[in-house]
Amino acid sequence: MSIYVDSAKEGYSLLVSGGLDVWSIIATSLRVSLSAVGIALFVGIPAGYWLGTRRSFGRRAGLVLANAGMGLPPVVVGLVVAMTLSRRGPLGSLGLLYSRPAMVAAQVVIAFPLIAAVSAAAVSSVPRELRLQARSLGASALQEAWLTLRECRMGLVAAVAAGFGSIISEVGAVMMVGGNLRGETRVMTTAIVQYSRMGRYGAALALGAVLLGMIVIANIALTGMQTSAERWERG
Amino acid sequence: MKQLLKAPILRRAAGLALVSVLSFSLVACGDSKEETTGGSSDDVAKTEVVLASTTSTQDSGLFDVLEPEFEKAYAQYDIKIVAVGTGEALELGRMKDADVLLVHAKADEETLVQEGYGVERKDVMYNDFVILGPAADPSGVGGSADTPTAMAAIASGKAEFVSRGDNSGTHKKELKLWDAAGITPESDWYAETGQGMGDTLKIASEKQAYTIADRATYLNMMDTLDIEVVFEGAPELFNQYGVIVVTDAANQDGGQAFFDWVTSQEGQAIIADYGVETFGQALFTPNAP
Repeated sequence: MSIYVDSAKEGYSLLVSGGLDVWSIIATSLRVSLSAVGIALFVGIPAGYWLGTRRSFGRRAGLVLANAGMGLPPVVVGLVVAMTLSRRGPLGSLGLLYSRPAMVAAQVVIAFPLIAAVSAAAVSSVPRELRLQARSLGASALQEAWLTLRECRMGLVAAVAAGFGSIISEVGAVMMVGGNLRGETRVMTTAIVQYSRMGRYGAALALGAVLLGMIVIANIALTGMQTSAERWERG
Repeated sequence: MKQLLKAPILRRAAGLALVSVLSFSLVACGDSKEETTGGSSDDVAKTEVVLASTTSTQDSGLFDVLEPEFEKAYAQYDIKIVAVGTGEALELGRMKDADVLLVHAKADEETLVQEGYGVERKDVMYNDFVILGPAADPSGVGGSADTPTAMAAIASGKAEFVSRGDNSGTHKKELKLWDAAGITPESDWYAETGQGMGDTLKIASEKQAYTIADRATYLNMMDTLDIEVVFEGAPELFNQYGVIVVTDAANQDGGQAFFDWVTSQEGQAIIADYGVETFGQALFTPNAP
């Protein structure tokens, strides 16, 4: 038991004393994952809307791809992005490997199918009649889409939660394309791997606690948004 | 309608959660099955020997020849190699999670034995470190007369230097070299990966930066790297490996068996041969007493 107690004590004192560069690591984590979720939402929700509303063969194929994409192993994403950005790869001249943009790129690839699939599910749960009615009342395609997305915003919140949760706690891809460079591309998950490799369990545990805390806080906020949406609906 | 709308989403979400939980447990089951059936192909009941070593030793490929030869010599043992940083390898020894250690941080190894966590320590072999950098050698490290001069040339910062930064044996060696040159490497030309030797080499190559690596790992990865040896052969770049049997480990006998074997003539001969065929030179020089 003492291994937990000792590590927890050491971790706590490290957090309090600021002996780890915890804050810069947390800031990098947030900056990278929030940018990635933002970009993934920007493309994922329109894709989800298309998949959730169209009735064609392309839709079925797209849904299969998105659902399969949810199981895309992050480490494979990391490998392919790393190879692409490598000096010997097709985009090597950009010199982006082992940088934050590379990490954002990998995380967008991981989060995109998740967000598309979850928002497609949400969108397809909105009755088709509602959209037809809106169109018959003279709504433009854009207005129709806006109405539909508003109708299923709870499901969209779930899409954000799924996307953010999958990338903030992901380690394989960000290690491969970010390189865990101190002060540059070191995020919470890669720092945890490093500290545990070094036998510094206290530091690893402290960062693990912060990561867990952030996921809990994010979910409290998202649940709050969902319940307030519910209340509004019951109105 | 609003009620209708909520239910399918929730059901889908619940279904999703269930599927992911199930797939995780399936994976877990698969793993444990493999553990129990995998080892028992022979009739001999094998016991596990856990060898904690460093990522650089594993990246060198040496275990790929040591492991089968040891298991041939001692059919009753099944060796499990855990490759971590030297820091964690020593910690695994302290916590008795490993039976035997093969690491390269002599001072720390001797402390471990003095503290009673190790039964005994012996030299096994050595290799050397090389300083690597871009072929153009922008900082002019190549022409240096000795190691401190080479380190000072790197510190001119015309190209980045990539450090392991993980408290490993290689990282400790690097810090000693900076110290000997009277340089504190805290600057914008100094990057720390916190990762193993292979990853650090890849990062240095991508960044066209300098780095320090053990020759074995470098030779193994040479074909995939765009950096080359710019400085080598100085006495400070010598890298001694030691083996330690962990006191009261789960399988101390097995640990002792590996210790005896790797320092025996047989084990030492395998080390002396390793690399000659592939690289035209041995990667390690055996020197067990």
